[in-house]
Amino acid sequence: MTQLALVIDLNVCVGCHACVTNCKQWNTSGAAGALVDCNPYEQDPNGTFFNRVQTFEVGEFPQTETVHFPKSCLHCEDPACVPVCPTGASYKRKEDGIVLVDYDKCIGCKYCSWACPYGVREFDEQRKVMTKCTLCVDRIYDESLPEERRKPSCVLACPPGARLFGDVHDPDSEVSVAIRERGGYTLMPEANTKPANHYLPRRKTTVTVRSDELYRSDNPHKIDGAPFDKNLPPTTEELN
Amino acid sequence: MRPAFSVLFLTTLIGAGQGLFITLFFVELLAGSSLSAGFFVGGSFLALVLLGLGGISSVFHLGHPERAWRAMTMWRTSWLAREGIALPAFIAAVFAYGVAHWLNLGYTLVIGVVGVVLAIVLFVCTGMIYGAIKVLKEWAHPLTIVNFIVLGCASGTTLAAAYASFAAPELTITLAQAAFALTVLGVVTRVSSLWRNATLRPTSTLQTAIGIRHPRIVQKSQGSMGGSYNTREFFHGKSASFVRGILVMLVLGVFVLPLALVMVLPLLAFIVQYLGLLAERWYFFAEAQHPQNLYYQGKS
Repeated sequence: MTQLALVIDLNVCVGCHACVTNCKQWNTSGAAGALVDCNPYEQDPNGTFFNRVQTFEVGEFPQTETVHFPKSCLHCEDPACVPVCPTGASYKRKEDGIVLVDYDKCIGCKYCSWACPYGVREFDEQRKVMTKCTLCVDRIYDESLPEERRKPSCVLACPPGARLFGDVHDPDSEVSVAIRERGGYTLMPEANTKPANHYLPRRKTTVTVRSDELYRSDNPHKIDGAPFDKNLPPTTEELN
Repeated sequence: MRPAFSVLFLTTLIGAGQGLFITLFFVELLAGSSLSAGFFVGGSFLALVLLGLGGISSVFHLGHPERAWRAMTMWRTSWLAREGIALPAFIAAVFAYGVAHWLNLGYTLVIGVVGVVLAIVLFVCTGMIYGAIKVLKEWAHPLTIVNFIVLGCASGTTLAAAYASFAAPELTITLAQAAFALTVLGVVTRVSSLWRNATLRPTSTLQTAIGIRHPRIVQKSQGSMGGSYNTREFFHGKSASFVRGILVMLVLGVFVLPLALVMVLPLLAFIVQYLGLLAERWYFFAEAQHPQNLYYQGKS
């Protein structure tokens, strides 16, 4: 079974919002109709977005770290939003695991958004239906596009390449390897929704060097011209 | 959660309608021979008015009311779909009950049993719409369903006492006593859930929400300046003192005043209790803390 998903590397994300704007651009131009913008040029501009980048400050100054946190539908393997839908407008595709809303069946009761713990569904105030990330289902299968362009628009837009896209059920896919080897985790595991999207943690690259590794242990201070240090461990010669 | 007024009216109106019908049935079962058919016809009509008003107000919650018929299709998984079936079925049973009394067709107790079963099914469906949302811990508890049943029956019986004070005065005291008992039971069940919710600890934290293990995390931006659906739908947006005021209205309106009034002025007791129930339902929404709010705690 295929489960398409995004893997977002928080170590790489710089918080530029390119994924947000490209997502909005692609999804507002599609056959499903425009994503509403209310008061775009006035006070309190707001509208429908499938993807948002939030920013958090971790720690206390001066030991702080700024974490940019892109947030979109996690395409859960056990989505809380789907079984509650009274009309069947919300559904999870069997063939690739994408969670979608059929805008023609949605009655706009908002019940699915109450059931989702992540707040990634947004009610469109103009179309009066629930909307959400589609993983760009209208471009990832589009054979008129060159194969390397058949990816969600947020993935294509990301300048540092913080967003990976692929099948998390295929153990050898780029996303599965990234999750496995770089500590991929899911959000709110306690909600038991089994999100398909994963996040890769912030990490610092460090190399552990022991002090004796800084010297040639067989004759360090004579050959390399390093100053004599009586705290150094004895050389092989001295031991013999 | 932000209280949705259409849902406040829906649940309080149909709850009173269901309670009234259940009371009518028990009146017929225990004292039916001493009453004229007109009492039950009028009572059924009153219940139908409440159920109809509730149904109409529910439509205002929908973005596309013209597609509301679709809401019956997913009854296998969705409690909302089950309610969408149970409500019209119950309305049909109440209508049949009233018509059977009016035209003297007989079998009224059989129709009544069907109606009572449907009323309870509808209570369970309405309660489970909220009780089935696991992420809202305040709602995901059997007390939610119990409170819908007990408070609906209490207000319905208070209304029955008010109705009887005009249509069958000899019943008023008995019904008022039943309403008093149900309201006392409501004190026990609702105060239990208020206590539970006030002492509940959230399962999700900002740490699990973004997956970073650090005790101090502060949100600096939430992805928009002018708010979003997420900032509108999941928080009531009122001050703590306003919420406390609603809690006082809840306690006075649903319990204290109706208990004091129901024996002497049942109609006034019902009006006060209905308004109190609106406050109760408002508070029911306001006290539910949605975990998605963890992602919307600040902007700078």
